[in-house]
Amino acid sequence: MIPGVFDYHAPTTMADAIALLAQYGDEAKVLAGGHSLLPMMKLRFAEPAYLIDLNKINELRGISEANGMVRIGAMTTENQLIASDLLAQKCPLIPEAARLVADPQVRNRGTIGGDIAHGDPGNDHPAVMLAVGASFVLAGPAGERTVAADGFFLGTYWTGLEEGEILKEILVPPVTASTGHGYAKLKRKTGDYATAGAAVQLTLNGDVCDSINIGLTNVGACAIKATEAEDVLRGQVITEALILTAAEKAMAMTDPAEDLRGDVEYKTHMAGEMCRRALRQALARAKGGA
Amino acid sequence: MAKQHITFTLNGQAVEALVHPRELLIHVLREQLMQTGAHIGCETSHCGACTIDIDNESVKACTMLAVQADGADILSVEGLAANGELHAVQQAFVDEHGLQCGFCTPGMLLRAYRFLKENPTPTEEDIRWGMSGNLCRCTGYQNIIKAVQTASRTLQAE
Repeated sequence: MIPGVFDYHAPTTMADAIALLAQYGDEAKVLAGGHSLLPMMKLRFAEPAYLIDLNKINELRGISEANGMVRIGAMTTENQLIASDLLAQKCPLIPEAARLVADPQVRNRGTIGGDIAHGDPGNDHPAVMLAVGASFVLAGPAGERTVAADGFFLGTYWTGLEEGEILKEILVPPVTASTGHGYAKLKRKTGDYATAGAAVQLTLNGDVCDSINIGLTNVGACAIKATEAEDVLRGQVITEALILTAAEKAMAMTDPAEDLRGDVEYKTHMAGEMCRRALRQALARAKGGA
Repeated sequence: MAKQHITFTLNGQAVEALVHPRELLIHVLREQLMQTGAHIGCETSHCGACTIDIDNESVKACTMLAVQADGADILSVEGLAANGELHAVQQAFVDEHGLQCGFCTPGMLLRAYRFLKENPTPTEEDIRWGMSGNLCRCTGYQNIIKAVQTASRTLQAE
C-alpha cells in the first residue's frame, strides 16, 4: 500500500516534461492516470526516484480530426473515449473496447496513452491499436517521430518507446461505411484483465474482404498481430469455414502464460473463440448489421 | 524529499495540507484532515471503498497522490448531507437496506451520487455497470441497486 520515496514534478509543457525526463534518465517515470504505475509502486514492484506528472499538460488531451486522421491525445481518459461522438463515428472500436476496460472510477483517471505505453499484455488498447491500424507520435529530446502500432509492442512492459521519449498522441485512420469491427473479451468479472481477447477491424469491397487487422489480447508476451489469420481472409469472400481456419491460424500464433486465469491450452482455445466471435461481429457490421 | 504545501476545496471548505509526494490522497483525507468516512478495503485499486468525487468525477482516492489534488474540488461522504438533511442517495440506502456493515457505504454513496448525475434515469443494467468499481461483502448488491433506483426517482421528483 505504501509507495517508496520519490521526488514529484508536474510540468505544464511537453518541452519541460521531456527536459525533466532527459535530466533524470531511467530513475524517472512519467505519471499519467497512475492506475498502473501507482499500483506497482504501492507493491514496490516499481520504485522510481522521480515522478513526472503529465496531468497538467493540456496539449496531451483532446480528440480531434485533422489531415484525414483522428488524433487522440495520449492523456485522454478512458471515459472521454467512451463519451466521444467523433470516435463513435470514426473509430467505433476504440470506445467500444474502452467500455470493457476496468471500472468507472479507473476510467476517469486511466488514459489511452498510459494503457498503450505500459506494454502490459493484459491491457486492451494494444490489440485494439493493432486492429484499427493506429500509429503513435513519440516526442523526445531529438523531436517527434511517428511509428506504427504494428511493431510497437515488443514484449512484456517493453515497447518501441526509446529512453527519454513520451507517447504524445495516437493517430487513427477513420472507418468507411463498409468497415466493421468487433472486440471480444473473455474475463472472469467486470474490471478484470482478459483471459483472452480479440480485436478485429475489416473493410469489405462488395463481398470481398479488402483489408483486415486482427489483434490478440493477453495470449502472449505482448499484444499479437495475427497476421497469419489475416492472410486467410484478405482478398476473400469471408465464409464461416474461412473464419474457423483463420481462428486456427490465430491460435497457432499465441504463446500465453499460465496463471490463475487458466493454463496454456485453455487460453489458446479461448483466443480462437474470441477471434471467431470478433470476426463474425465485424463481418456482420461491415455488411450493415448491428 | 521535501514536503509540499497543497490547498484544495473539501466539501465546500478551503483546506490545506503539508504532504510528502508519496502520500496517497486517501491517507491525507483520513489521517490529516480526519475525514474518516472514506475507507480502505484493498491495495490493488479494486474495491472502491475510498471513492470520492474530484472535480465532478468519481475517483479512487487510494490511487491518486495527495499532491495531485492541489487545487481540486473534492466531495467526500461527510459533505453529502446539507443542513442535517440526508442527500437522496443516503436516504435511499437507509430506506432500501442498502448497507449492513457500512464499510463500503461511503464509497458506494459517492459513486451513486456521481453516477446519477451522469445517468439520471438508469436501467438496472446501467446501475450494475455504473457501480462496478465498488465491491460489497454484505448486501449481495440487490438492495444497493434498489437504493440507487429509489434515489433516482427521488431526484427526478425534486
